[in-house]
Amino acid sequence: MFEYAPAPESRSVVDLKPTYGLFIDGKFVDPSDGGSFKSVNPATEEVLAEIAEAGSGDVDRAVRAARRAYEKVWGPMPGRDRAKYLYRIARIIQERSRELAVLESLDNGKPIKESRDVDLPLVAAHFFYYAGWADKLPYAGFGPNPAPVGVAAQVIPWNFPLLMLAWKIAPALAGGNTVVLKPAETTPLTALLFAEICQQADLPPGVVNIVTGAGETGRTLVEHPGVDKVAFTGSTEVGRAIARSVAGTRKKLTLELGGKAANIVFDDAPVDQAVEGIVNGIFFNQGHVCCAGSRLLVQESVADRVLEALKRRMAQLRLGDPLDKNTDIGAINSAAQLARIKELSDAGSAEGAERWSPPCELPDRGFWFAPTIFTGVTQAHRIAREEIFGPVLSVLTFRTPAEAVEKANNTPYGLSAGIWTDKGSRILWMADRLRAGVVWANTFNKFDPTSPFGGYKESGYGREGGRHGLEAYLNV
Amino acid sequence: MTATATSARSDLSELGRSETALRTFLHGLPGVDQVGAEQRAAQLGTRSIKTTAKAQAIDLAIRMVDLTTLEGADTPGKVRALAAKALRPDPADLSCPHVGAVCVYPAMVPYVAEVLRGSKVHLASVATAFPSGQAPLEVKLADTRAAVEAGADEIDMVINRGAFLAGRYQEVYDEIVATKAACGDAHLKVILETGELATYDNVRRASWLAMLAGGDFIKTSTGKVPVAATPPVTLVMLEAVRDFRAATGRQVGVKPAGGIRTTKDAIKYLVMVNETVGPDWLDPDWFRFGASSLLNDLLMQRTKLTTGVYAGPDYFTLD
Repeated sequence: MFEYAPAPESRSVVDLKPTYGLFIDGKFVDPSDGGSFKSVNPATEEVLAEIAEAGSGDVDRAVRAARRAYEKVWGPMPGRDRAKYLYRIARIIQERSRELAVLESLDNGKPIKESRDVDLPLVAAHFFYYAGWADKLPYAGFGPNPAPVGVAAQVIPWNFPLLMLAWKIAPALAGGNTVVLKPAETTPLTALLFAEICQQADLPPGVVNIVTGAGETGRTLVEHPGVDKVAFTGSTEVGRAIARSVAGTRKKLTLELGGKAANIVFDDAPVDQAVEGIVNGIFFNQGHVCCAGSRLLVQESVADRVLEALKRRMAQLRLGDPLDKNTDIGAINSAAQLARIKELSDAGSAEGAERWSPPCELPDRGFWFAPTIFTGVTQAHRIAREEIFGPVLSVLTFRTPAEAVEKANNTPYGLSAGIWTDKGSRILWMADRLRAGVVWANTFNKFDPTSPFGGYKESGYGREGGRHGLEAYLNV
Repeated sequence: MTATATSARSDLSELGRSETALRTFLHGLPGVDQVGAEQRAAQLGTRSIKTTAKAQAIDLAIRMVDLTTLEGADTPGKVRALAAKALRPDPADLSCPHVGAVCVYPAMVPYVAEVLRGSKVHLASVATAFPSGQAPLEVKLADTRAAVEAGADEIDMVINRGAFLAGRYQEVYDEIVATKAACGDAHLKVILETGELATYDNVRRASWLAMLAGGDFIKTSTGKVPVAATPPVTLVMLEAVRDFRAATGRQVGVKPAGGIRTTKDAIKYLVMVNETVGPDWLDPDWFRFGASSLLNDLLMQRTKLTTGVYAGPDYFTLD
């Protein structure tokens, strides 16, 4: 046997403070009327830091600071000068990427190989990409001189804390807007380190404000009358509430919500690569991915072969310490999320689907869930309909391409889909019919700042990324 | 599983009897997606192998080296020195294992055989008009027999790439079968020369063809064309031996050759073996490295691990 010795990434690159304030108007400040909450390492349940909780007074201060910066500094600033700041931020992120990656894994529980090789390179790429647009907005296709929107209220989830921050802040700043961003309450630390990077880059005060807190802070922020634009990534349930509260106001809104994506494997698929795509589709980031390929639709004639290969591959997945460079599956982000995954998985068993996990030892402390597949799932099962947001795959079969399309589209969501076949014409035929914002062909979970991302139906509206991502932050 | 494996075995043995059957079978294998295969190989290359795992991997890699010299300038003196090194790679540390085999041209086999006699180091010889394979079959078979008679217990043959690329699978198959017969008891490694096959689909088909025809090992390259072993090519070949064993019950070895020069590279290949085909192949009987300069880098890293300091290149023998 070839046992890999532990290969932990060093924690010492991260300088954790015991407490963090709010980042308002270029400075870290104490909350005026709020309390505090703790952010824990989900792999160990160790408390990492105490975080300020922003109350309505703090949110108001942040929005006012953003408004001042928008009117006095950032809005009037020529695009080429805004670009300089964005490029500077992008470079600092690259320089400090190791520190950011370790902190992200500590706070979120995701494996260091993902924060290091996926999250951080994409974060820097987003800032570089939108920095390039800042002085070229007349050429973005939104008219000769598109104006910014104003102050953006941005609420982001815990699954890709820093990456979602980049998706929100980079296009907003490139377009000349200022922002007040609320990171998720379980993963605020990289956003606060990003605030330090804004200071390091000499970004004018008030352009970026970070207010930490839970749902109530988020609600106060999106409902604040001084906000011109609301951008939210998270659950469909909260997205609905935000849409209701924004309705009838002048605020622009983009929502990126849940998903229940189909990953469709045809009988002529490259099997070994399809299996990699299935694994990447559902086990990447513990399945905490809104566009995860959580429903595997496999052609019945090859289902046994594909499942055998999938199980063999799953037995190779290494679950454990997120900071170990050989870990494939890290910790579930929170006790609440773990409870939800358990509840839906139990429902899967109770409704008669067959559950399978590879032999897998879970650590004693922290929040963990073994990679799991359910076979014999039908469209009527809860695990085929509801978003689990965990490392749980539901396997369904189909007979014909038309049936695959029908089943893939038979969901209230429509964020992404995957197609695996050697036949190019079938990829195009399928892509025309799948009601999903992103369709991947012979790959899955590929992201690029130049490519727009967003959903159909209850997966939300608006697009992030690419030229399309600028639209939400321009007065068009 | 046993019942299906048995029936599959008899089915597959019939394939070599007709060009049509061979073609239908080989073109019916699942395709390989180039981007996906390369991405998987790159991912496996990011494993971090440290401390005890690294020490274990280095010793295993040394035992898997086919220490190779295939030059026009090879002389009895040169190959004797290489054989001596194969037996005792690190004269300063007797705990260092010997390599898997020495690999030379047929004319050099007798000199190596003298040195290796009585040891457990295998003696491999390239044959069949290596490296191009462009010679009449009788010449190739005579080349093979001569090498075996001179003492080689492993034969590294080249497939007829011209015939393969022209779609004459039966011809390639028959040549391998004939060479295997000429080998007698010697193990047959079949060199696919993947750099000339160009696509991963071809690599998978050639791997199956070589295994169906009776090859004991499939090997990537001669080392004589610009593109030699690469991680994705080796990955596709490992998947082929894994699937072949599942279908037939027979285990076939894999040998990447050419271009593997550093301990880091070698460990990446071992990780790939471990996570693709598993521990059954983590043995010199089932996985080899065709290499020359790799050995000294393995020895340097081994010394670094045991002593804590890097020794200069002058502390390792050049042969």
